[in-house]
Amino acid sequence: MFAKQLTVFIENRTGRLSEVLDVLKENKVNILSLSLADTTEFGLLRLIVDNAALGKDKLTQKGFSSLLSDVSIIKIPHKVGSLQKLLKTIDENGVNIEYMYGLSIESDEAYVVLKASDVNKIDAILNENGIKTISCEELGKI
Amino acid sequence: MIWSKEETLPREEIEKIQLERLKETVHRVYERVPAYARKMDEAGVRPEDIRELSDLSRLPFVTKQDMRDNYPFGLFAVDKDELVRIHASSGTTGKPTVVGYTRGDLETWTECVSRIACMGGASSKDVAQICFGYGMFTGALGLHYGLENIGAAIVPSSTGNSQKQIMYMQDFETSLLVATPSYALRLAEVAREMGVEPERDLKVKIALVGSELLTDAMREEMHKYWGKDLLITSNYGMSELMGPGVSGECTEHCGMHINEDYFIPEIIDPATGDVLPAGEKGELVITCIKKEGLPLIRYRTKDITRLFYDKCKCGRTFCRMENLSGRSDDMLKIRGVNVFPSQIEEVILSVEELGPHYEIILEREGYLDKLTVKVELAQVTDSFSVLERITATVKNKLKVILGLDAKVMLESPNTLQRFEGKAKRVKDLRSK
Ligand SMILES: [Zn+2]
Repeated sequence: MFAKQLTVFIENRTGRLSEVLDVLKENKVNILSLSLADTTEFGLLRLIVDNAALGKDKLTQKGFSSLLSDVSIIKIPHKVGSLQKLLKTIDENGVNIEYMYGLSIESDEAYVVLKASDVNKIDAILNENGIKTISCEELGKI
Repeated sequence: MIWSKEETLPREEIEKIQLERLKETVHRVYERVPAYARKMDEAGVRPEDIRELSDLSRLPFVTKQDMRDNYPFGLFAVDKDELVRIHASSGTTGKPTVVGYTRGDLETWTECVSRIACMGGASSKDVAQICFGYGMFTGALGLHYGLENIGAAIVPSSTGNSQKQIMYMQDFETSLLVATPSYALRLAEVAREMGVEPERDLKVKIALVGSELLTDAMREEMHKYWGKDLLITSNYGMSELMGPGVSGECTEHCGMHINEDYFIPEIIDPATGDVLPAGEKGELVITCIKKEGLPLIRYRTKDITRLFYDKCKCGRTFCRMENLSGRSDDMLKIRGVNVFPSQIEEVILSVEELGPHYEIILEREGYLDKLTVKVELAQVTDSFSVLERITATVKNKLKVILGLDAKVMLESPNTLQRFEGKAKRVKDLRSK
């Protein structure tokens, strides 16, 4: 299963990030997880939200350029070594991980957002290995 | 199609016409324009000294400053009541430069632009939408009369209201577009925003572009938006000389043919004023030999180009000027290095992920010039490494080509300023 990640490009100007967050707040788009990568020249905000399509629409109306892309939200046991095990499985099957972030943690389970170089292949690999992926909606309910 | 028989005359005959018209013009100007007579007296040259074409180099230059000094009609060779049209170019500093046309001049203008339109592939079948600003600017009306003269149907839509422009293109089946390269790109963007794919949904087959440099990279970019089959030609002129119609590119794409029976071109070394041999790069100087109202002699255009006299495959014998590589006016001096904005543009357009819009900002930090280039992403990506690669590529290329370190700032798609007329992409904030 894929989840839709909302990516917003942010020019490095004061207040840009909070403007983006304002738009989401005003439209009741709930942020479940995020990663912000930035340099002195630009920033890239990657978001998992409960309604990515709505978020994109509203951002476009406000003049922000964004992108929806397929990522996997993977459920792993919340214990030492489980992330390493997951990465090993993916690695052995020859898929590259472009980036990974965000652990939304419960008492005994954790979630990682992962973008693979080959999104269809990663889905098959995860299924074959009995690794559970969830949707944004499901994540929102937790 | 070749519009006039003069365009294919043998060189000797072209030169015969040129000499005859040059002599006549110099005599007339000497008698009727005191400011010019004074310049000639100072240079120690009399009208009867012009016996051969090579004697042209003995005559003094005319510059934009001369036009300002003689504002508004001091350089005119006719009485004001013989004029039927007055245009002016927007002067960024001080008074504008004023140009005037007699009825004969308007006929000349129409003839020159008719030739250029045909060179660029236009015909009586075309529906020609003119997206140049109408008004004091010579571009729109020049193309208007020329294209109308060859029988095209003119849509004088001017600039602005881009959505309506696209609607006209759809409803009138516009086949020919007149615009600056940057406005042509803007129109394509607007079309896409409206769900109209220019290449598929519109019938534009020909673009006559002018008033801005058309670099190879810009031409490529236009093809990306308007389709690879769009026939793009550039044309050249300036209001001081007449407006558009001085020269135009033919479909062989090997430079712009100068209407040599109306204009004599020379290339000079901009520093010394010496005439350079054919094929060498320098400043273009133009002498008008058939103008009545404002016959400028040896006008320094400040445009940098080269001239080619070898035969063109299209059959025309008029010499060609290379598509402009820059104006000496536009040249920036950054940390002692001469930089043409077009060089920076070329770098930006060579990067696939970047759109064609950009901004060049110059600031002074202490004693050092600081160059910042703002570029626009064609689309958002979720990959940080792609963004880093884009920034690094632009920086490296600028370093290799200009030898300068620049700050490169990525901007979101559709955020930098768009231009309907001549794009103003350089912001020089250094105190002079
Ligand atoms: Zn030709």
